[in-house]
Amino acid sequence: MKPITSLVSVVALISTAALAGCAPPEDNSSDSAGSSDAASATSVADFGTMDDLIAAAQEEGELNVIALPPDWANYAEIISTFADKYDIKVNSAQPDAASQDEINAADQLKGTDRAPDVFDLGQSVALANTDMFAPYKVETFDSIPEEFKDADGTYVNDYGGFMSVGYDSTVVPEIDSLEDLLGPEFKGKVALNGDPTQAGAAFSGVVMASVVNGGSVDDIAPGVEFFKKLKAAGNFLPVDPTAATIESGQTPVVIDWDYLNAAEATNVEGWMSYVPAEAPIAGYYFQAINADAPHPAAARLWQEFLFSDEGQNLWLAGGARPVRAEAMAEAGTLDQELYDALPEVAGEPIIPTNEQTELMAAYLADNWAKAIS
Amino acid sequence: MTSTAPLAPAAPDSKPGRGRRLSVGPSWGLLPFLVFIGIFLLIPTVTVVVGAFQNEAGGFSLEKVQALGGDTPLRALRQSIVLSFTSALVGAVLGALLAYLVVTAPPSSILRRAVTSICGVLAQFGGVTLAFAWIATLGFSGLLTDLMANAFGTDPNGSSWLYELPGLILVYSYFQIPLMVIVFLPALEGLRPQWREAAVNLGATTSQYWLQVAFPLLRPAFLGSALLLFANAFAAYATAAALVSQGAPITPLLIRSALTSEVVLGQANFGFALALEMIVVVAIVMGLYAWLLRRTSRWLG
Repeated sequence: MKPITSLVSVVALISTAALAGCAPPEDNSSDSAGSSDAASATSVADFGTMDDLIAAAQEEGELNVIALPPDWANYAEIISTFADKYDIKVNSAQPDAASQDEINAADQLKGTDRAPDVFDLGQSVALANTDMFAPYKVETFDSIPEEFKDADGTYVNDYGGFMSVGYDSTVVPEIDSLEDLLGPEFKGKVALNGDPTQAGAAFSGVVMASVVNGGSVDDIAPGVEFFKKLKAAGNFLPVDPTAATIESGQTPVVIDWDYLNAAEATNVEGWMSYVPAEAPIAGYYFQAINADAPHPAAARLWQEFLFSDEGQNLWLAGGARPVRAEAMAEAGTLDQELYDALPEVAGEPIIPTNEQTELMAAYLADNWAKAIS
Repeated sequence: MTSTAPLAPAAPDSKPGRGRRLSVGPSWGLLPFLVFIGIFLLIPTVTVVVGAFQNEAGGFSLEKVQALGGDTPLRALRQSIVLSFTSALVGAVLGALLAYLVVTAPPSSILRRAVTSICGVLAQFGGVTLAFAWIATLGFSGLLTDLMANAFGTDPNGSSWLYELPGLILVYSYFQIPLMVIVFLPALEGLRPQWREAAVNLGATTSQYWLQVAFPLLRPAFLGSALLLFANAFAAYATAAALVSQGAPITPLLIRSALTSEVVLGQANFGFALALEMIVVVAIVMGLYAWLLRRTSRWLG
């Protein structure tokens, strides 16, 4: 027994030493000083000039992004443009993950060089995790409307859209009210993008149905009632719509963000979007920098790029509404042709606050499953 | 049987001294297994139990366990039990019939060998592949849906029953029936022809033999297998997850929703409470199974 025990401990010792040897080498002094500066930088001035920021980011050489689907709001082109422009390698992890997965990944990979540098989050997840973000004001910070940013730049809305009904106009008649969806010609055709107790987009879809049917952002019950009727009429499709189900014709009507429906229109002939005039439910995503970003300078350069005229117009090209659209339209830097192609939305946008969202979510958690089965 | 019975107790007696000294050696061989059990069964179970009695801040709280009494979790539990019970019943009855048909064929027949090996494969054919197979067959724009629409003029858009509880019962039966054949076959094979001959010699009719001899003998094995099917369906997750995207109708899907929701946050401990609920149900079922198994071995041993 004895020799075996000592053999085991020798093996254990060796493997511990080997593991220690595998640990990433300490940065040399000048590098680590640079990156700790970058990690606390709150604007480009802390680097010196924009060129200094670019140089610092290029020294890091890589950027980790997470949960950015290539077919979502033009992210494929945004990532490749950034990578080519600055010669920085972009590592895109789990493109189809949900907002909560981004936070989970940041926790689990904390301290490794694979942790995400930047987040693109839904409202409730973003506001629940603000202590994980590093405040940073991009150069164009002042042209972002007050209601779309934290005053210190801890998080900033980046792009958004309106809840819409996308439909294949070659299969179903034109839609000009939500009530239409209850008709017999929509039997087994109407899908919602996810379960509203789980996915932000589906949640906003139920809010839209609620506001159209006499509810408000404080009262989601009429929305649940609408889907109950839709289900009773046999029109509700309990299928999670994807680009594949839309192209194969399984889901001819999809309730989803207008920029996602706009992206479908490029793949499916005759795919149209309808945004109810009485319920323009807007949703904006939240952009933030991971406080423990392994590439702090590249993370900040990514923000500068996203909120530059170029980055904002790239989102616009994906059918999303960039947060600086108004200021850019005034300055004449907005791609007006793309902007005019977005579905027309009348009336004041409705954006539920976080408290309202929590209340509505609690109601959904108790009533959704009951309503649709 | 009678020839081996006296030998069995004699074996341990023959080497009491040596056995004691050597007993450490064989138990070392168990170590990897025990480590495996520890990491993949004990630690997760303890984590679930502890997590179920914690609030978000990490302190002790009964709040999450009490929340199990809410409408949605109770509904999910009820539907989980309905699903497991129905698919176990369908699986047990049809599987037992199939097993009987198999056992009446001679052991060397191609049919018997083919059916048992096919059942061996299909019993393990669950999960995402199975769900997609059914979606492609009976889902919206599925192969059979389209064929039936063309042939009988049914609605080509189908209906959504496949994506709900009735669909889950059908799809689960697909792996429950073959599993029943596999677990029930040995019991049927244990039904000795001598018993039937004895019954017939004593003047029993076929129905008397079945009702008074075979059924009572097979009942514990049948119920035990059915309980196994119940637990199998109760714990299944991937098939349902791939098939159902709305409303989390059964408990495993409600746990997923508690862990991944980006709308209702901070539900991780509720997920633990739901998992604890499932552990309790499965523990009850397994307890019944063990009890029935003892009865079976008393009969057949």
